[in-house]
Amino acid sequence: MLRKMMLIFLLAMALAHPARAALTIEITGGTEGAQPIAIVPFGWDGQDALPTDVAEVVAADLHRSGAFAPVPRTDLISQPHEGPQINFVDWRVLGVPNIVVGKVRPSGSGYMVQFQLFDVFKGVQLTGYSMASNAQELRRTAHQISDLIYEVLTGKPGAFATRIAYVAEVVTKGKSRYSLYVADADGYNPIPILHSAAPLMSPSWSPDGKRLAYVSFERRRSEIYIHDLATRKRDRVASSQGLNSAPAWSPDGQRLALVLSKDGNPEIYILNIKDNRLQRITDSPAIDTEPTWTPDGARLVFTSDRGGKPQIYQVNANGNGGKPQRLTFQGDYNAHGVVSPDGRSLVMVHGQGNRFRVAVQDLSSNDLRILTDTRLDESPSFAPNGAIIVYATEVNNRGVLAMVSLDGSVRQRLTQTEGDAREPAWGPRTHRIKP
Amino acid sequence: MKSYMKLLVVLMPVAVLAGCSSPKVAQKPAPVEDRSAPVATPSTAMPSAPATPGVEVLAAPDKGNFAGEELVDPLKDATGLLAKKTIYFEYDSSEINDEGRAIVEAHAANLIKNPNLTVTLEGHGDERGSREYNLALGENRAKAAQQLMQLKGVPAKQLEVVSFGEERPADMGHGDDAWAKNRRVELIYK
Repeated sequence: MLRKMMLIFLLAMALAHPARAALTIEITGGTEGAQPIAIVPFGWDGQDALPTDVAEVVAADLHRSGAFAPVPRTDLISQPHEGPQINFVDWRVLGVPNIVVGKVRPSGSGYMVQFQLFDVFKGVQLTGYSMASNAQELRRTAHQISDLIYEVLTGKPGAFATRIAYVAEVVTKGKSRYSLYVADADGYNPIPILHSAAPLMSPSWSPDGKRLAYVSFERRRSEIYIHDLATRKRDRVASSQGLNSAPAWSPDGQRLALVLSKDGNPEIYILNIKDNRLQRITDSPAIDTEPTWTPDGARLVFTSDRGGKPQIYQVNANGNGGKPQRLTFQGDYNAHGVVSPDGRSLVMVHGQGNRFRVAVQDLSSNDLRILTDTRLDESPSFAPNGAIIVYATEVNNRGVLAMVSLDGSVRQRLTQTEGDAREPAWGPRTHRIKP
Repeated sequence: MKSYMKLLVVLMPVAVLAGCSSPKVAQKPAPVEDRSAPVATPSTAMPSAPATPGVEVLAAPDKGNFAGEELVDPLKDATGLLAKKTIYFEYDSSEINDEGRAIVEAHAANLIKNPNLTVTLEGHGDERGSREYNLALGENRAKAAQQLMQLKGVPAKQLEVVSFGEERPADMGHGDDAWAKNRRVELIYK
């Protein structure tokens, strides 16, 4: 069943608050060539049923990555929960190279979750952990297990135990309500952190995952706020004359790149968050906007129409780096450039006539590849491991979030149960366990 | 319909009548050009009859007797340029076309005539492409209208510029028609 291209997980929401619009995730393509893996339901000897089926969450994560094809539960030949119970000969016959077993035990007011990943052909353990968890954290623990398995088997870190911020708009009786949500990377647990009658834009995560910068129109113009997710404290950090837009947190967490038009037209600035010092980076009569940082923090990539049409440029972030350098040359509309975490690729919104699609440019060869088949794509954002890009698009007159792998092969869609979702920002990995 | 719409001030007699507490008959209206409109009961009024307690007798002037025509708020006169408060733009452009220019210039003249009025120029874009770029494009459109108004002599303090980018579409559709309606600057009087 998991092999089916169309797989819909309807997300059950514990709270029936109408503002809690859930997200449904749908795999829309690309599981060919995935490697089989057996993920056996975890053992549990506690009293009540567990709130989360850990093995199911792990299987769904690995399936969505496009790299793995979990064996359907009905095809599992036995249900071992720890190493000594595995009969490797049986699994070899199935041609499944890897098996994951585990169990959950009650521990104090929470649980101990144990899992082991084995190489079926060699009969050896590749990784295994025992992790403390509780009812609220059990899904997160499952995502961390997925991260560990993914990293051991692919050599690349996983991005399952991460979160995505996005903007939602729900129109009721002609009135829009805008909300800023933070949800798990698989769309579960969407938590609204702000509701507003005025538009919200451009969420950007602090590198520690504790704060979001964004644009709010609550005072009838675009202004930039920093919002602490734990304390709910909000600081208005930019409210000068004209535009205050497109905040982007620096990799060191000390600065915000942003766009102000206080001097006449939109220019890129860097705001030092601690002392509010402002440094102007660009100087052109054209539109300069949507800065993003290169992963090393040395440069800013931004959109400018200084050449007549919007194209992507880069400039040194130290403020005395001289003339911006143009990065994109194909087509007459390239915007919202983001450099991949490994620094090798530039992802952007690439316009061709009325089609606006996410494309990736190899920064050494400058080859451009279109990754999507939708038509109104915007706001691409990298998963912290660089393997997947989340972006916003329009499907059947709805604003939806979609994901595509950097090679274009894996595609998923996240749809709000109600209204539009847009401007996804993939948060950092904050609880990495090294396998 | 057009003939009704001349901008003549004739409502003063109505104001006078409405202000009377004692019964009167309708009097002839003052001539339109008469700026010293009566403030007290005109001498042509008939003597008041004793008022019946609890009864308020009101005049009912026949509009047809007025020499003038009804005052129309020029900002709402559907036949005038001032009633048009939205100008439209081409894709990825903040250039004001001829129709937009005529509208902006009419409002500029109105603002010069009425220095106590202020206008917010609200720039918008269609949904195509990136949101932040569209926010900047919306500001460029609003600023193009602002510059034209200032060129025509409107003081800066009467004008305010704001951009909503693609965040507040006039038409929620996703095609050429909707996009054309959404690439706009709205002139909002305060």
